[in-house]
Amino acid sequence: MALKLLWLQGLSCNGNAHSFFNVPDMAGVLREFAFIYHPLLPCEATLEEVSGGDFSPDVLIVEGALRRDGVPRGDEEALTLITRYAKRAKWVVCAGQCAVFGGIFRLNEPDKIAGALYAGKERGGFLDAFEKKIINLPGCPVHPEWLLFTLRMLALGTAPRLDDLRRPVELYGYTVHEGCLRNEYFEWKVDARDFGAKEGCLFYEQGCRGPYTRGSCNKILWNGVNSKTRAGMPCIGCTEPDFPAERLFETETLMSIPARLPLEVPKRAYLTLTGMAKAFRIPRLTRRKFGEEEP
Amino acid sequence: MKKESRKEARRGQIIETALALFAQKGFYATTIPDIAEKTGMSVGNLYNYFPSKEAMAQEIIRYVSTMLGETIHEINESALTTKEKIRRIVRFYFGLCEERPELIEFFLRVYLANREVFHDGCEGMICVAPFMTEIMVFFEEGVRAGDLRNQDFFSAFGLFMGYLGGMAFLNGERILPKNLEDYADEIADNIYGALKA
Repeated sequence: MALKLLWLQGLSCNGNAHSFFNVPDMAGVLREFAFIYHPLLPCEATLEEVSGGDFSPDVLIVEGALRRDGVPRGDEEALTLITRYAKRAKWVVCAGQCAVFGGIFRLNEPDKIAGALYAGKERGGFLDAFEKKIINLPGCPVHPEWLLFTLRMLALGTAPRLDDLRRPVELYGYTVHEGCLRNEYFEWKVDARDFGAKEGCLFYEQGCRGPYTRGSCNKILWNGVNSKTRAGMPCIGCTEPDFPAERLFETETLMSIPARLPLEVPKRAYLTLTGMAKAFRIPRLTRRKFGEEEP
Repeated sequence: MKKESRKEARRGQIIETALALFAQKGFYATTIPDIAEKTGMSVGNLYNYFPSKEAMAQEIIRYVSTMLGETIHEINESALTTKEKIRRIVRFYFGLCEERPELIEFFLRVYLANREVFHDGCEGMICVAPFMTEIMVFFEEGVRAGDLRNQDFFSAFGLFMGYLGGMAFLNGERILPKNLEDYADEIADNIYGALKA
């Protein structure tokens, strides 16, 4: 029998609901799972019916940040509705940055808005009582295939292995840096000085957060073809508790040394290795493949 | 003494001799036979330890850099204020100029003046990496602590080490009216005054 899904929203821009439409073979996915309710799809029930009803979802998917009141859904508060169905569901999947950490909405009212388990980096969410059922999939938006991967694991009756923040290790055990096609430029400290340049690393000049952001964007590509960093856009760290930060396209430096280093890399190790790499100039890497010298 | 440690000791002896000769006569005026003679060994045997004069010079700069790096590492790891750390680094450097002038002479007159000797094997800052890493940590932590003004590393580095190198040079030329160590605190204050937040 198809896994029964109920997709409910707190404070949300609909980004995750839209993003999910980009899974390969959406029509097949709709046959594979049974949506009791999804905000953008024709479903078994309307929001009003869900609110007044007594459905039994296998998985409750929560999108958006939570607030105690002021967010009506059907005939009740979103939090009341979500809590009621969190009790009934076998699993609660938090889809996207806002449902997990509170996201951009929380920045507006940090004391009143939070995610399911977290308020930014700290515990203090609204669904603490359901911790054991919760699977966190942060991202802005959540990668559609990460969500699909998780739902398929649950459909098979297997919970994915989770880390300390209850994120699937298979998806968040990597950094965005892993698999980035610009890694050789990072190794040899060749920086991309212009936005959108095909060559060069984005870490030092353009604020790329890939080396300290968890996620498999460069392992499971977006739409199966690309990622931010591959396309020349720095990673903005959208899976991390401190997202969104300010000045996302700038690398903060202290005396020319990046203020944040690749995850778990000691400062002295970083400085020694980069010093070595900078001593050499690799023409293949410093030359622009397409550029101003072309006619 | 085991054979390995005997060989190690001999190697150290050669380095010390070569260092003294390079500092005194310069890199090109010093010959392998000079070094062999002063170490009390044959030229042939000396080649068992180092393949060339360039290799010796590179070994020396790595040795000097490691020694400087270890001391600055200790200062970095201490609980001192940034201002006091600067004072300690300046005093240490000037103390070295007095106690082991050959190290400073070698740095100024061989390493900086004969870059071609260091091109193959000591590219960029490779052979001075232990020192550079610690001085970068010093600056970075000074900014993080709110004591130093955030700026380009080399702007700050040039002001600090260029100043010290310049004083060491004047001292080596016997131009300074006072002992180098007598300038330490005033110079440390000047450096802090120029770099502070």
